[in-house]
Amino acid sequence: MSKYRKILMGAAAGFALAAGPAAAEKLGLGRTALPDEIAAWDLDVSPDGTGLPVGSGSVEDGETLFSEACAVCHGEFAEGVDNWPKLAGGDDTLDHEDPLKTVGSYWPYLSTAWDYVHRSMPFGNAQSLSADETYAIVAYILYSNYLVDDDFVLSNENFLEVEMPNADGFIIDDRPETEYPQFSQAPCMENCKDSVEITMRAMVLDVTPDEEGGEDGAVEEAAAVIEEVVEEVTEEVVEVAAVAAPDPAMVEAGEKLFKKCASCHMVGDKAKNKSGPVLNGIVGGAPGAVEGFRYSKAMSEFAEGGNVWDAAALDAFLAKPKAFLKGTKMSFAGLKKEEDRAAIIAYLQSHN
Amino acid sequence: MSDSRDPFTTRRGFLKATAAAGGAAMTAGAAHAAGDPLITEKQPWAQALGDGVDATPYGLPIKFEEDVIRRNVPWLTADPISSINFTPIHALDGTITPQGCAFERHHSGAIELSKSDYRLMINGLVDTPLVFTYADLERFPRENHVYFCECAANTGMEWAGAQLNGAQFTHGMIHNMEYTGVPLRTLLAEAGLDAAGDLSDKWVYVEGADASSNGRSIPMEKALDDVLVAFKANGEALRMEHGYPVRLCVPGWEGNMWVKWLRRIEVMDGPVESREETSKYTDTLEDGTSRKWTWVMDAKSVVTSPSPQSPITHGPGPLVITGLAWSGRGAIERVDVSIDGGKTWQTARLGAQGVKNALSRFYLDIDWDGSEMLLQSRAMDSTGYVQPTKAQLREVRGLNSIYHNNCIQTWWVKENGEAENVEVS
Repeated sequence: MSKYRKILMGAAAGFALAAGPAAAEKLGLGRTALPDEIAAWDLDVSPDGTGLPVGSGSVEDGETLFSEACAVCHGEFAEGVDNWPKLAGGDDTLDHEDPLKTVGSYWPYLSTAWDYVHRSMPFGNAQSLSADETYAIVAYILYSNYLVDDDFVLSNENFLEVEMPNADGFIIDDRPETEYPQFSQAPCMENCKDSVEITMRAMVLDVTPDEEGGEDGAVEEAAAVIEEVVEEVTEEVVEVAAVAAPDPAMVEAGEKLFKKCASCHMVGDKAKNKSGPVLNGIVGGAPGAVEGFRYSKAMSEFAEGGNVWDAAALDAFLAKPKAFLKGTKMSFAGLKKEEDRAAIIAYLQSHN
Repeated sequence: MSDSRDPFTTRRGFLKATAAAGGAAMTAGAAHAAGDPLITEKQPWAQALGDGVDATPYGLPIKFEEDVIRRNVPWLTADPISSINFTPIHALDGTITPQGCAFERHHSGAIELSKSDYRLMINGLVDTPLVFTYADLERFPRENHVYFCECAANTGMEWAGAQLNGAQFTHGMIHNMEYTGVPLRTLLAEAGLDAAGDLSDKWVYVEGADASSNGRSIPMEKALDDVLVAFKANGEALRMEHGYPVRLCVPGWEGNMWVKWLRRIEVMDGPVESREETSKYTDTLEDGTSRKWTWVMDAKSVVTSPSPQSPITHGPGPLVITGLAWSGRGAIERVDVSIDGGKTWQTARLGAQGVKNALSRFYLDIDWDGSEMLLQSRAMDSTGYVQPTKAQLREVRGLNSIYHNNCIQTWWVKENGEAENVEVS
């Protein structure tokens, strides 16, 4: 008898003692789970493909689905927006400083990606993707990592044929051999070292959040700075006087679309810089002008060139930020539809 | 002192107050020429009436403690919904963490799931797949245990160097509660494991009911040992953010496995290799290979006071140095403290005998001479393991490891009583 069986028998014996002689090993609690109930919840997929439903999806369909459901956080090319996970790239970086761990560079099993997309994504609308849609999105993620061609179709039948680059990159926890012996020596109590020098200080780095949250002086100062900027920009707009008042319907449409921007940008009275600058007064305003925000070199140069964020420039930037301004920190993939860009610009203009 | 904000309970307040009073503000009871007005004059609380017993059906801490709260680090994650906050360990004492300020880690936010809507399924390689209601769970024989729960990423930001200036931020992804629940082996026995055959190579996959569907694979040996299906913490129902109505406790193992809103337990042939056990919670070594299944939390300790958020507010003289120590491999046997950056060590006093997989409180009561200190603590557990330095860990793991940083922490305590997170040679 294995030790596991003994543990289990011990547990059963425990019941008998606790519940009196009438109780057998089991208490008879709960009810039998029905097949449909198990099917509804038992969705996990294992590395050997156990749990995969029948279905298929193409890179081509995946690109469209990814753009609609995933790109707002993960970027059009799975390159990741802000702190949201990057799903592509990073090959051969695992032994470098700051390795980039993506589905392509790090994940050992394709089943993990399928299972996670199917059960836990999209963020805020989980379990909304069909099996075929999941195959398509996973195919597109593979394509984004140059692991399959653009005409590839992923299905339950060819699933195990896909080779994951880091499949052999993992070892089982070896601390018992590599760490525990050397960290189990009698500790030194006296004269343990000759000298002690401070080699790094957290205060110098200064990345600790403030104790008092949004009520402290630094934020107030930042708010004052923003007000100044807004005033400056407003003056400029008055001087330029070339921007017409925005259409209320467009502003409303733009407000909805601005959700795509809101993970990085704020507008309005209480706006603060996030990973992107405050956008109050941006329409018709000077680029790279929000104080306290660290712009990319590219944006600073763009500003020094005397450029102005007029509607045409904003439209071009929002269409494809990285194409319009190579080197910009804005990792947003862009808005394909002209009317969407116009709506966003109208919404921003309503905050001038 | 009728002001709602006691100036001495915040670090900023402390700095202002000590600056104003020449650094010796808190030598309380300091004699005024005509006696302390708090004693010689009648105070409003000594004359008027306080709140009645019907004023507070469920109480929160008094307003003077309003800064003893969880805090988060906004730049750490893309969104506060899938993020983490930190227990204010610098301001607590003893070992039990109140639920209301115990750190939270959610992957898709904290959900509201009522007891009446709660179902727990056991399926897979069992004799009879079962569904339990919450009421069913309360009919099994139950146990009480105190366990710490530490996120594998606790102190992870410090791997590259001293970053966050406060014990709350460097070591606050931990809490310690008394749980009430049913051993997982009891529920597995109810479903029957004969169908699983040889149990030595079997696993259980545990999964939560929230949108992240967080799931982890646990080897059967652990599942049958001490894993607990818990529904109470510190005597009361679990808080929403800790998995109400039911969470898993996996004693001594990383917090991500302590699945909240537990909805399903599946007995399996092998691990699922889910996202949280492959792409996350794995430890990349210098050569680019990564350790997986690094479940156990090794022995660790930290001085919680004095520390950057808990400076010394009195001058030289009696000083209580205190902190927490824990190990996922056994009980804490001993904690040593150094005030000179690790040149010499003295053994601290444990608040109580160490308990396996639970926090221990330690104290070192000294006569502080008012000079600078480089404060460190070093835990030892019942296996003989001694908490290593960061240099020792880097020697083995390289610079790209994130999780399981259990290194010795250093606080640089200055002559004015302020403390700073530093790294030392």
